[in-house]
Amino acid sequence: MSPGRADWGVPDSHIFDGPRSRSGYRINKMCISLTKAANREAFKADEEGYVVKYGLNDEERRAVRERNWLRLTELGGNVYFLMKIGACVGHGLYRLGAQQRGETLDEFLATRNDKGAT
Amino acid sequence: MARIVAGIGTSHVPSIGRAFDQRKQQDPAWKPLFDAYIAPKSWLAETVKPDVAIVIYNDHGTEFLFDKYPTFALGAADAYPVADEGFGARPLPRIKGDADFSWHLAEALVADEFDLTICQEMALDHGLLVPLPLLWSHAPDWDITVVPLEVNVVQHPLPTGVRCYKLGQALRRAVESYPKDLRVVVVGTGGMSHQLHGKRFGYMNADFDRKWLDCIESDPLALAAMSHQELMREAGAEAVELIMWLIMRGSLSNNIRRVHRSYYAPMTTGMGLVTFDDLGDKAGAGAAE
Repeated sequence: MSPGRADWGVPDSHIFDGPRSRSGYRINKMCISLTKAANREAFKADEEGYVVKYGLNDEERRAVRERNWLRLTELGGNVYFLMKIGACVGHGLYRLGAQQRGETLDEFLATRNDKGAT
Repeated sequence: MARIVAGIGTSHVPSIGRAFDQRKQQDPAWKPLFDAYIAPKSWLAETVKPDVAIVIYNDHGTEFLFDKYPTFALGAADAYPVADEGFGARPLPRIKGDADFSWHLAEALVADEFDLTICQEMALDHGLLVPLPLLWSHAPDWDITVVPLEVNVVQHPLPTGVRCYKLGQALRRAVESYPKDLRVVVVGTGGMSHQLHGKRFGYMNADFDRKWLDCIESDPLALAAMSHQELMREAGAEAVELIMWLIMRGSLSNNIRRVHRSYYAPMTTGMGLVTFDDLGDKAGAGAAE
């Protein structure tokens, strides 16, 4: 279930409000730690051990493991924070977005005005 | 005294920074974006000649976690590091600040009932860094001094558009009460239309963006009156950061002249740019709106 205020009136969205910031706190705290190069190395060396240190529960850990960006968003991960996991594991923003739309990266890029501007 | 001589609204899309560092200025997909900044950069260097830029931007999970999240935060340092956002820091010189001016602004704004968080150490991310080298030179060092003003546009509840506009008006009073003769440009960053999460990822609205560029010039109070919900519905959830342009616009007088305007939307975010000369309040017309 999405913990945020579902009635923000913005379609297909997960607005980052108080309830979502509360539920996503552990995920986002883990993400911001990845702004340090040493932590990125530790994450890459032992991802499971790293996320446990930040207290992520089973469901959150599974979503990280599966690179399930939509689920991480529903759980309260903020896009600007989740992108730091993406940077660590080689998933760029457009790949995160394509997956959330239920598309392949190529399918998503084909919807853009000029996919050369990446 | 110090005075505001120009205002700029500009996107701060991170892919622009990446393309800049990869020297894609002549790449066909990027050329329209970079070309749009050539004339404004000359205008700043040759005509406006500012001493300081007050740059209104937001942090993106770089300096602020949600353990403590300020609504408005003012940098008060003589230098600011270029942040590592998770990819390593960009190859840019550290940003030059003016702590004396920052502290003056803090004192004046708090006395004017805007209760800022004052930051003596703050790494700056793409929210501030992306437009900076498009508007100023940085080789070997920056030819501009910066006062960063950070705004919460990420974790709701956000400040209202009206609150942002009023902060801009207070910022003008604060600048004008500084005894040193500084020429100040105010830069509002962010937007334009975009959504970066959920099934609606990639949503853009060029009509909305063009209307915003019209109204930021001619009817900013109509934009300030929009609710966050309305803005997010029309322009995408992450586009709510456009409220930062209202601080810039609120800081200008009632006598402005638009100098440049451009718009380009190749991928997932409308990239807009508008610049204004501030000619100073018209005699007899009173204060800004």
